[in-house]
Amino acid sequence: MERQLEYVLRTVEERGVRFVRLWFTDVLGFLKSVEITPAELEVALEEGMTFDGSTIEGYSRIQESDMLAKPDPNTFELLPGGDPDAPVARMFCDIQMFSGEPFHGDPRHVLKRNLERAREKGFTFFVGPEMEFFYSRTAERIEPLDNAGYFDHTANDLGSQLRKQTVLRLEAMGIPVEYSFHENGPSQHEIDLRHTDALTMADNVMTFRLVTKQVAQDLGVHATFMPKPIAGAFGSGMHSHLSLFEGDVNAFHDPGDENGLSKVAKHFIAGLLVHANEIVAITNQWVNSYKRLIPGYEAPVYKCWARNNRSALVRVPLPKQGKSDSTRIEFRAPDPACNPYLAFSVMLAAGLRGIEEGYALPAEATDNIYALSDAERLAEGISALPGSLRDALDSMENSELMAEALGEHVFENFLINKRREWTDYKAYVTPFEIDRWLGAL
Amino acid sequence: MIERKDLALVFPDPPPSMLARTLDLAGQRWKAVANASVAMQAEPAEGWTGAIVCADEDPEGAFALCRTLRKGDARVDSILLLVSGAQLHELEHRDDLFDDFCLSPFHPRELEARFRHLLFRAGRGESPELASYADLVLNFETYQAAIDGKPLDLTYMEYELLKFFLTHPGKVFTREQLLSRVWGYEYYGGARTVDVHVRRLRAKLGEEHANLIQTVRSVGYRFGQTRWPGAGDRVQDEG
Repeated sequence: MERQLEYVLRTVEERGVRFVRLWFTDVLGFLKSVEITPAELEVALEEGMTFDGSTIEGYSRIQESDMLAKPDPNTFELLPGGDPDAPVARMFCDIQMFSGEPFHGDPRHVLKRNLERAREKGFTFFVGPEMEFFYSRTAERIEPLDNAGYFDHTANDLGSQLRKQTVLRLEAMGIPVEYSFHENGPSQHEIDLRHTDALTMADNVMTFRLVTKQVAQDLGVHATFMPKPIAGAFGSGMHSHLSLFEGDVNAFHDPGDENGLSKVAKHFIAGLLVHANEIVAITNQWVNSYKRLIPGYEAPVYKCWARNNRSALVRVPLPKQGKSDSTRIEFRAPDPACNPYLAFSVMLAAGLRGIEEGYALPAEATDNIYALSDAERLAEGISALPGSLRDALDSMENSELMAEALGEHVFENFLINKRREWTDYKAYVTPFEIDRWLGAL
Repeated sequence: MIERKDLALVFPDPPPSMLARTLDLAGQRWKAVANASVAMQAEPAEGWTGAIVCADEDPEGAFALCRTLRKGDARVDSILLLVSGAQLHELEHRDDLFDDFCLSPFHPRELEARFRHLLFRAGRGESPELASYADLVLNFETYQAAIDGKPLDLTYMEYELLKFFLTHPGKVFTREQLLSRVWGYEYYGGARTVDVHVRRLRAKLGEEHANLIQTVRSVGYRFGQTRWPGAGDRVQDEG
């Protein structure tokens, strides 16, 4: 640790860094940032920065409001794109109580705790998310920049330029990008991040959202991760490619299996399917999230798995020949407006539960699940995901798995916050009602 | 900014291909010159780190160059002379013109060792806090890295991994070896962490230099070119 601190302090000095931003995350996944000068850095690294936790969503009660943000020197990184003469750096923080204990409401701590549980079983958890988002001319309403579609190569348009800039800036920050392209919706884009360990990836998703928004903002455009900004168009998902490794070995791979899937992988998938209802409140945490999870837009609705069927909740992509290491499963429910620390935590917890309990994997769904009738789906044992935030919260509230994975503090605070969102939404008179019924009734 | 004083002068221009290859593999930057006046014009601001002069083809030109390099303007402290066995008698009365010599044809590792030792004695070798390979330089004291003179923005672990690679060029390491020697402690990512960091390093080194770190299929990684040509490493370039 000493050398890491020295590395940070020395680099700040050598590179003439003017400000260091200390980042952390509230329970909903909003990025919080405290800016300090190099003069304060040494103390912050050694003792942590005091802040008032009662002002952070889902953090503390008033009587225990003072907390410490302790920077993780491993995450020290210079931020590209600013004034080269006055560089700015950032570090992610772990939140502590004054007693020095980790704060259980800190989403980063929740993920660390879940990763620790995986590690006790000999597993490390890797995630590669596909980040989808829309560009809009304004944040007031959705105004796409174009009307292009999937993989369209649009000549020199603003959206593609923004996406290219974003990819370059991410790479400069050591966040490698696998693919990026124009998605199905108007002004909808996708940037796929190369898989990495879940903690780094959760940090990367936070950085990714900020970089994407900043690059757009520099040219007066708004980037949004809202799951379903346009009714009738594709929504934005965060399909997450998941794998477990045992040391160097991909624990999901079994060359002897016809699909190349190990028992571990099969139990993990079964865990996701069994507990899907309980975890979607976290992976799809907004009222709006459930407007994406409807038939017809390649978003998952039914709980089943398949190899090459994009309507399934869990897809098993075929690894390229000879690339057994890339064996993985794709959980297609999450949207990019989730809290990545909590989302990765609950996906892992559901999968691990499947492994611990040895859940049996149901048969692969072969037909287009949407084309089946309700009775046919029932016959195949395929049921649907919660249809609304309220249904999802009900499932979560009754889940002992979720209370354990999130810890009591986050579990309670999240439910309180989200019940409030649902109550507000329920009381809201929507344009839908006015358009349809004001005149007629 | 990291200062470098590591450009070696080489004669003749072009030098024998074996010499060029040996220097490239050793990560030694070099520039070939055809005669003394070119040597003076092309001298870098911080001076030549040393010179390797081949006398076997053009002994007159070679000794003339050495004489110039010994005099004031373009003075070079470390001159390694390459001579053939038949030329050894020509060294008589010319001991002032060179600091050490090597028989041609030479053994690459002997030439590399002799030249490195000359630089060390002249105090112009790599100082303990500075290491370089081709266009990449690391300063261990300030923890800064630069490529083509441009600073690299690295995280602590990226810096540590690059430092390990740079100080062990040409050798192949497995992921487990890298993890235990660079990280040295349990890490959330496990052995795959190494792949992830290599990708990040390659992204930061930029397209042009990304292949400094080579993937050796089903083994691990190697920094720089292999020291054992013909050993048959199966090298795969990853994007």
